[in-house]
Amino acid sequence: MNALVPLVVIIPLIAAALTLVVGRRRRLQVLISTIGLSAVVVISAVLLVLVDTQGAISVNLGGWEPPWGIVLVVDRLSAVMLLVSALMLLGVLVFATGQGIADGDAETPTSIFHPAYLILAAGLFNAFVAGDLFNLYVGFEMLLAASYVLLTLGGTGARIKAGVTYIVVSLISSLLFLAAIAFVYGATGTVTIALVGERVAELPMGVQVVLCIALLMGFAVKAAVFPLSFWLPDSYPTAPAPVTAVFAGLLTKVGVYAIIRTDSVMFRDVPLQTPLMIVALLTLVVGILGAVAQADIKRLLSFTLVSHIGYLIFGVAISSELGMTATVYYVIHHIIVQTTLFLITGLVERIGGTTSLSRLGGTTSLSRLGGMMKAAPFVAGLFFIGAMNLGGIPPFSGFLGKIGLFRAGVDLGTPLSYVLIVAGIVTSLLTLYTLVRVWNMAFWRRKEEVDDGYESPLLDSLSESPEDDGAVDTKENSALMYVSATGMVGLTLALTVFAGPLYDYAARTAADLSDPANYTELVFPNGLPELEGSAP
Amino acid sequence: MTASLTLVILMAVLYGVGVYVMLERSLTRLLIGFLLVGNATNILIFLMSGEPGKPPLVGDDLSADGMADPLPQAFILTAIVINFGVTAFILALIYRSWWLARLGDQGDVLPDEHAGETEEQTEAVFRSVDDDDAAIQRALDESDEHADDDNDNSRAAAAASEKKRAKAAGRGQGTDTTGDEK
Repeated sequence: MNALVPLVVIIPLIAAALTLVVGRRRRLQVLISTIGLSAVVVISAVLLVLVDTQGAISVNLGGWEPPWGIVLVVDRLSAVMLLVSALMLLGVLVFATGQGIADGDAETPTSIFHPAYLILAAGLFNAFVAGDLFNLYVGFEMLLAASYVLLTLGGTGARIKAGVTYIVVSLISSLLFLAAIAFVYGATGTVTIALVGERVAELPMGVQVVLCIALLMGFAVKAAVFPLSFWLPDSYPTAPAPVTAVFAGLLTKVGVYAIIRTDSVMFRDVPLQTPLMIVALLTLVVGILGAVAQADIKRLLSFTLVSHIGYLIFGVAISSELGMTATVYYVIHHIIVQTTLFLITGLVERIGGTTSLSRLGGTTSLSRLGGMMKAAPFVAGLFFIGAMNLGGIPPFSGFLGKIGLFRAGVDLGTPLSYVLIVAGIVTSLLTLYTLVRVWNMAFWRRKEEVDDGYESPLLDSLSESPEDDGAVDTKENSALMYVSATGMVGLTLALTVFAGPLYDYAARTAADLSDPANYTELVFPNGLPELEGSAP
Repeated sequence: MTASLTLVILMAVLYGVGVYVMLERSLTRLLIGFLLVGNATNILIFLMSGEPGKPPLVGDDLSADGMADPLPQAFILTAIVINFGVTAFILALIYRSWWLARLGDQGDVLPDEHAGETEEQTEAVFRSVDDDDAAIQRALDESDEHADDDNDNSRAAAAASEKKRAKAAGRGQGTDTTGDEK
C-alpha cells in the first residue's frame, strides 16, 4: 500500500507530460487529464480509508532512511486534504472542459492549460504528502510555477499586470521560505519535519521564535494572512473563472496546511497564541471590510476569501484539540464552498454579460447585473445555496464550522478569544450582508430597473474596478458546466448531511496532531538518529 | 559553528543590493534583484553546511567530520534549478509586457501569420515546395550525368531558376496575412 503515496504526485506529472506531447489534440488532452485526476481521487480515497483504519503511512523514497532520504508522510490531515483537493481539481477540470466546449476550440486558448493545471495538482499533492521541509518547498514551487502560467494565460494586458503582482509576491515569499529552511537546517541539522520538531525543543526559546516566525512569514504570504494579504484581491479575479476557483479554493489552503504543520508538529512550545489571535482578528475584520466596499462579485469574493482565512488562523491559534477539530472541518468546508462560489460566479458572468474575461472587474459589476433570477433561475438557486453557506446560515456547513470554532474559543476562555468570537460573528454577518446584496442586486432586481438607471442605495460608494469600461458580452454555457457546478453544490450540501462522521474524523485528526510523538514514531520507527557534530 | 566571513559578507552584500534593486518598478531590475537575492539565499544555505574548506563527499572511509555536508549542496542545486526556471518565465513575462506596452491593445490583435490560410493553401505551399525540391534534385542529377562537360554554368543556371520559382511561390502564399505593417 505504500506505493500508493508517491503515485499521487507521479500520476499528475506523467499526465502533464502526456498532455504536453499531445498539445494539438484537445480531446485527448481532456481525456488524459480527467483520467489522471480521477485516478488521484480514487487513490486518495483509498489512502483516507487506509490511514483512518490502519494508521498513518510513511514512505522512504528510494529506500533512503530519513533524515537522509526524502520521506513522504500521509496522516489523517494529509489524507483528507488530498481527497478534498483532488475532488476540487477534478470538478473544476470538468467545468473548464465545459467552458471549452461552449466557447469552441478557438476561444479557450492554449494547449498549455492542461499541463500547467496538472503540474499545479502535482505540486499541491506533493506539498500535502511532504515529510520534510525542503520537499514542501519543492511542492510549493511546482504549484507556484504552474500558477504563474495559469494566471497569465493568454497574456492579455490585464492578466500580465495582475500576474506581475502575484509573481513578485510569490517569489519573495518563496525566498523567505527558503531562507527559513536554511536557518532551520543550521539550527537543527535536519529538514525532516518530525526530527525538526524533536530537536527544536532543545534550542533556546529566542532561536525557536525566530525560526518559527521566519517559516510562518513564508506561509502567511501564501495563505493571505493580514498584513500579507493585499496581493490577493488584485491578482485572483483577472484569471479565467476555473483558474480563479482553483486558486481561491486550494492555493491559500496549502499555506494554512503548512501553518498547521508548523504550529502542531515543529514548533509546539513557541508561545504564538496571542500574536496569531491578533493577526486572525485583523485578517477577519480588514478582509470583510474590503469586501463590503466592492462592486464586483469576483473581487468581493476574493476579499471574503482573505477574511475567512482569519477563522482558520483563529482555530490554529486556539491550538486545543477542540480548536483543531473545528479548523480541520472549516478548512474542508471553505475549500469546497469557495471553489464552488467562484465557479458559479463564472456562470453568472457568462450569462449576465461580460466585457471579456480578461478585463478587470467590468464583467460582474453589480451596477449592471440584474434580473438574473428570471434569466437563469437554476444558477440563481446554486448561488443562493453557496452564498448562504459561506455566510454561515444554519444548517449549512459554514454554520457548523463556525459554531465549532466559537465553542473552542469559549472553551479556551481568554479575553482575546472572546474578542475573536465577537469579531467572527460580526464577520459572518458582514459576509452575509455582502452576499445578500449581490443576491438582491444581481438576481432579485428586475432587468428593467438596471436599464432605467435606477441606483440602489445599497450600491452607494462602492469601488468599481478602474479598468471597467462597462461593455457587455454574454456567452453560452454548456451543460457540462452546470453539471460540474451542481455537483460541487451537492458536495457542499453533503458536508452538512455527513457532518457527524466528518466531525468525528476531524476530531481524530486533531487527536493525532495534539501528540507529535505519533508523527515522530511514524517517520522514525527505529528511534531518532543521533545528533552529529555538524549542528551547533 | 564556524563560517567563512567572506561568504557572510558576500551574502549580506548580495541581499542588500538585491533588495535595493528589487524596489524599483522596472521589471528588468526586479529580475536582477530576484537573481541577486536568490543567490544570496543559496549562499545562506551553503553557510549552514558548517565549517568551510572540507572536501566534498568522496571515498568510502571518510567520517562525517572529515567531509562537507552534502545535503545543503543538494538543496542549493535544486534551488538553482528552480530559480533558473522562474527566471526564464519572468523573462518571457518581461518580453510580453514590453510588447504590450509598445503596441498597447494592438499587441493582442496582431493576427497569426498563418491564421488566414485554409488547409488547401497550406497543402499547395507544401506541394510547390516538394515540386521545387524534386526539380532541383533533377537538375543536380542531370548535371552529374554531364560531369565530363563544362557543367558549372548549366548547374548554376538551373539552380538559380529553381530558386526564383520557389521564391515566387512562397511570396504568393505569404503576402496576404503579414500584419506587422499595422
